[in-house]
Amino acid sequence: MATLETQPRSNRDAMGRRGIVDWTLRMARRQPLGFAGGIIVLLMVLMAVFADFLAPFDPEAADFTSMLVGPGAVSDMSGATFWLGTDQFGRDLFSRIIYGARTALTVGFTCAILGSTLGMLLGVASAYFGGYFDLIVQRIIDVFMAFPLIIMALAIVAIFGTGTDKVIIAITIPFIPRCARIVRSSALAIREMPYIDAARSIGYGHMRIIVRHIAPNVVAPFLIMLTAFLGEAILLEASLSYLGLGVQEPTPAWGLMLQGGAEEYAESAPWVPVFPGLAITIAVFGFNLFGDAVRDALDPKLRSQ
Amino acid sequence: MYSRLTKALGAATFGSALALTAAATPALAQEPQYGGELRLVVGSDIPSYDAHIESTFGMIHPIRPFYSLLIRVNPDNPSSPTDFVCDLCVGGVPEPTNGGKTYTFKIREGVKFHDGTPLTSADIKATFDKLAFPPEGIASNRKAYFKMVESVEAPDATTVVFNLSFPSGTFIPSVAMPFNFIYAKKDLDEHGYTWHQTNVNGSGPFKFVEHVQGSHVKGVKNPDYYHEGMPYLDGFMSIIAPKMSVRLQAIRGGQADIEFRGFPPKARDDLVSALGDDIVVQESDWNCVLIVTPNHEVKPFDDPRVRRALSLALDRQGGSEYLSKIAIVKTVGGIGFPGHPLSSTPEYLEKNIAGYGRDLEANRAEARRLLKEAGHENLKFTLHNRGVDQPYKVVGTWAIDQWKQIGADVEQWVQPSSPFYATLQKQKNFDVSLDFNCQAVVNPIADISKFLPSGGANYSNFEDAELEQIYVDLLKAETFDEQKGLFQRYEKRVLDDLASQFITLWWYKINPYRSYVHGWKIAPSHYLNQSLENIWIDAAERKRQLGG
Repeated sequence: MATLETQPRSNRDAMGRRGIVDWTLRMARRQPLGFAGGIIVLLMVLMAVFADFLAPFDPEAADFTSMLVGPGAVSDMSGATFWLGTDQFGRDLFSRIIYGARTALTVGFTCAILGSTLGMLLGVASAYFGGYFDLIVQRIIDVFMAFPLIIMALAIVAIFGTGTDKVIIAITIPFIPRCARIVRSSALAIREMPYIDAARSIGYGHMRIIVRHIAPNVVAPFLIMLTAFLGEAILLEASLSYLGLGVQEPTPAWGLMLQGGAEEYAESAPWVPVFPGLAITIAVFGFNLFGDAVRDALDPKLRSQ
Repeated sequence: MYSRLTKALGAATFGSALALTAAATPALAQEPQYGGELRLVVGSDIPSYDAHIESTFGMIHPIRPFYSLLIRVNPDNPSSPTDFVCDLCVGGVPEPTNGGKTYTFKIREGVKFHDGTPLTSADIKATFDKLAFPPEGIASNRKAYFKMVESVEAPDATTVVFNLSFPSGTFIPSVAMPFNFIYAKKDLDEHGYTWHQTNVNGSGPFKFVEHVQGSHVKGVKNPDYYHEGMPYLDGFMSIIAPKMSVRLQAIRGGQADIEFRGFPPKARDDLVSALGDDIVVQESDWNCVLIVTPNHEVKPFDDPRVRRALSLALDRQGGSEYLSKIAIVKTVGGIGFPGHPLSSTPEYLEKNIAGYGRDLEANRAEARRLLKEAGHENLKFTLHNRGVDQPYKVVGTWAIDQWKQIGADVEQWVQPSSPFYATLQKQKNFDVSLDFNCQAVVNPIADISKFLPSGGANYSNFEDAELEQIYVDLLKAETFDEQKGLFQRYEKRVLDDLASQFITLWWYKINPYRSYVHGWKIAPSHYLNQSLENIWIDAAERKRQLGG
């Protein structure tokens, strides 16, 4: 460590860069699918963050002189190329897909983080307190888990209405009990550990024990659920939007793009449903691969193998 | 009164429309054939069987064939707004007497309800009493249309007399509305006024067989039907299919023969391209219009400058050109059905009504000026819309793009039909909403009551005594010129002075169907000409197309 500190900054940077490259190559060898998933996730994040610079057109601007033109056509108005063609309003599909990544990631990350965090707290609390509290919480969770995710989300949208914020609520709520159930099973074992008894005996409060001593030890299942939820949330958002119950026009969102084009234009303008469909498929595929890799990395049994 | 004044003009104006329809109609030289079952697809479930309380094609298309009307739009000339013929009455539609205040109908003898009960004038009186004077707690969606009716009498078994409180040009078109199913007095007396919501007993060309919820309605030929030689079909099957793609593929795949509401242009093109001569298309202007309804109780939409700016921003001519390629809208018009003698011409609208001028840049510059003057240069609001693609969501998305051109930042809030109407009627918590005015019989004076604050179906939440007075004067106007002048004053008040609501585009009806289906003629409404009695099937052609 001391040696490292005495090395010139350029050497340290070079070693750091080499370290990252080595680690990346190592990851690519050990977890090629997870690595590919990570690349997809990274590309999506970059697309979402830099959408303003990457998109050649305003994703919401209609150009009625270029309705339903195919991939590679050139706009009469701006001279720019519609790389993936246009939809029925003459909007550039490429730009809408780039901006759609922003919608997907906003919904995906928000729902996954909120759902798994709240689920973790609920699961840990349920395991920690036990007794009637645990019994009641678990029965409520049973009720929620009796419904398939999409049905539960549909019911919540029916109550709260449509729009991005409502979709986030609709997807987050069904995630909470799913994460809580998984985390609880890990937390039940941790609750019996001597150091928890020790923490109790020296007078730590419940909140401190839950947050500082149990929660950090259920990070593995928490992270696994979080990454699994990311892909699921993107797919759910796309499903709700496809059903007309999610994000609304003119906001660019992949499911909504499918909803607007799949039925009417699948035959005459196949690019309208195909590209948003591909975007959803690739994104969910990427997040699932990435999630699996995270699970493998955090699961001691799999890691030892 | 109305028919005398406008019949000649109506006939002339609609001549061209008729010609267009006729051109699209398959040749009628063939003799009608008997037999076969018509399979129609309907894009909606049935809320109830009671037409007196319903306003949806989801009820009319499967249930209308079981019932009769007193008078109706001529099934051989349904595109005319002034051609009415008797259904249960005999002879022609009566001319009024007593200074336009009395109409006497002679009722056809020997007609029976499907349960065998003879139909008499007492049934007609009971039906119109229910429609015009429903008892406390009983709904009638047509009550407002019969405001002029003072009483209905049945002096003998074959005579019905309507006494009006004032002469009205809207009376006959109101009687001819397809929702005025004639019910048996016996049913109303014995079972009550809500019995027809869940039971069917009519006297129409087909008898009710079954309704499987969410699946289909089945009817069979009524052998005792009173119009000689009709119906031609042995029966019909109304298949419920809410998704447009399912309806489209049902026709394409030979699982259904026809859909009566209408498809968007792309669907028509796909069908024609796939099936060629096996598909026939009829098209017509449609007595339906999408209206922008600002909520006057929400700021800044209480300011007429803001409302006017929103109307000025809409490129109606461009919208007509482009949206007609992807949606069931096409015609630019004012508040009255385009082409009707009472309605304003495109030239008049361009010169006199904000937002119809062809200089789009000037319109939008004026819109920006008005917003600036009103202190809302960066106007931000939510457009409330109905969760139905055609044409609501398409037109909503177009309108948002148009408003963006004058600097407005608009989000869309879409609700399914029931909550959508709950928002408009009860919660009233919207900024600006899309709403529609769809009518059956073209009856402009009655139809434009939609724009009247006291009309019962206006959701703009405002009051205007001047507008109310113009409408009262219009109802009582006796000459066509007087009606026309007042109609234009009313229109200018709504669309220009107040911009209380404004028009987007009128709908355009496109009905592609299998070419072995004959006898049906398109009307300017998806509610009209739906008794199915005049439809027949060319069995050989059907066999050629579908096999079997």
